[in-house]
Amino acid sequence: MRVVMAEDSVLLRAGLVELLTGDGIEVVAAVAGAAEALLAVERERPDLALLDVRLPPDFSDEGVRAALVIKERWPDVAVLLLSQYVEERYAVELLTRPAGGLGYLLKDRVADVEEFLEALRRVAGGGTALDPEVVAQLLARRRVSPLGRLTTRETEVLATMAEGRSNAAIADALGVSGHAVEKHVTSIFGKLGLAPAGADHRRVLAVLRYLEEGR
Amino acid sequence: MGERAARENPAGLTRGVGTALPSTAMKRGVWRATVHTLTGLPVALLGVVVLVAPARGRTVAWRSSAQRARFSALLGVTVDEGAAARKQIAYHLIALPYNLIAFAVVAGAWSAGIGLLVAAVQRPALIPAAAGVPAAAALAARGLARLDVVLARRLLGPDVTEALTARLRELARARADTVAAADAERRRIERDLHDGAQQRLVALALKLGLTRAALPAGPARDSVGEAHAQAKAALAELRDLVRGLHPAVLTDRGLDAALSGLVARQPHPVDLRVDVARRCPPEIEAIAYFVVAEALTNVTRHARATRVEVAVVRARDMLRLTVLDDGAGGATDRPGGGLRGLAQRAGSVDGRLRIESPPGGPTLVEVVLPCGS
Repeated sequence: MRVVMAEDSVLLRAGLVELLTGDGIEVVAAVAGAAEALLAVERERPDLALLDVRLPPDFSDEGVRAALVIKERWPDVAVLLLSQYVEERYAVELLTRPAGGLGYLLKDRVADVEEFLEALRRVAGGGTALDPEVVAQLLARRRVSPLGRLTTRETEVLATMAEGRSNAAIADALGVSGHAVEKHVTSIFGKLGLAPAGADHRRVLAVLRYLEEGR
Repeated sequence: MGERAARENPAGLTRGVGTALPSTAMKRGVWRATVHTLTGLPVALLGVVVLVAPARGRTVAWRSSAQRARFSALLGVTVDEGAAARKQIAYHLIALPYNLIAFAVVAGAWSAGIGLLVAAVQRPALIPAAAGVPAAAALAARGLARLDVVLARRLLGPDVTEALTARLRELARARADTVAAADAERRRIERDLHDGAQQRLVALALKLGLTRAALPAGPARDSVGEAHAQAKAALAELRDLVRGLHPAVLTDRGLDAALSGLVARQPHPVDLRVDVARRCPPEIEAIAYFVVAEALTNVTRHARATRVEVAVVRARDMLRLTVLDDGAGGATDRPGGGLRGLAQRAGSVDGRLRIESPPGGPTLVEVVLPCGS
């Protein structure tokens, strides 16, 4: 796997390079700013761009904007955003674009090495990885919506699903059987008026788009 | 007596009027008043010449200080500075006709008095008149000088309302600067923590995570794992602290985005409506954000509410925030209470706080902030 990385902190950039190369991932460019990252993506066409949200020159939301540009121009390039804070608004902006291969995680998650690498590979493979905190924010806003009709277990399943996990991973995480998860998922889609779809990320996007409409 | 005085010492005139004006201080006062009134005319005339000259602002100030010098030198009266230019101009415009009349009255009265005194030397029948007219002249001089002092103090001196208005404006500006500076400082600290301590902690936690993964199971791995967990806990704590200082998304995307994140993190469902077409100045946005944050904290702590509605609406130059909950009610603004904090935040920018909270609820907290930009 080939990765372009944009992170302005030298220390953290070095740490991330060590983390990725240690796992056999090739870091083809490690830059400090969003503009350089876009140039590197154009030149290298990597499998994934790993971007910090706050980047030079203005240290505001350059990473989010760069992610939107990448998904627009090079839809095949997966994007994983990292941030000190996850904001519902950014997640909605990112997820309302019709594209897979998208992740938005709290920066802290890189410390959980294995889980982070798993999320990164999932995104690179066209899947989705949303930070549990973003998912919680997105779900909390809609407790008064049709989501209120979900059972506690179904809400748990939906939250885990929204992180981008497969049914098997959900079963593992919740300690239930794969069959039970399938039943919950079908029920969730039924209650939310959605037809079950194929890939994991499509399910997530469908759910989130539905959530967005519920605003 | 008048005879001798007239012959030997014209200055002795004052003695002639001494019966009307008993004390020497008063006599000196009459002379000063007379000289003041008589010099008023040339000064006023000169003033008119200068008034038509260019650079009026400076000449007005110059003429006012010339008049102040006249009052101080001749009457010993201090006329402080601080009048508005238009009032100073009014004084200088009044000064010419006033001084013309005053000059005529005072000079005429004294000339008549002196003439009568001289005549009285030959015709003693004129003595009562020779004593009376200078006394009247003295009275006129003092009266006119006093009136001039009143006019000058009114028109050249500092105006209390104007001085207070100016001071108020100055204080309001200073306070606005303080609020903006405090807000900027919070942003700076947030940025510094984000770029510094937070990044370092993430790098440290990552390093510990990598180290732990590389170690075989055993005490070393456990101990690194513990450090790893602590670094992550520190990160979470720091993140909460930094978000409490200033939410970065507020700067980037404004109130709607920042409040969306805020209400999403509340333990109870919150209905949010934000209708702000044009963004407010950053310090107002920050105050609005923290007012809502504090109001929601109050609801969580005290209200036992099941539903909360937050509305933020901008109407022209006002930003109206309302937080309505269906909780227990009975909320009051008391010292040290959460609502006092809201009132203080709002008050720092001339905002207003209104609370309606009958026992049993519902509670409505309304804050209106000025949002001129």
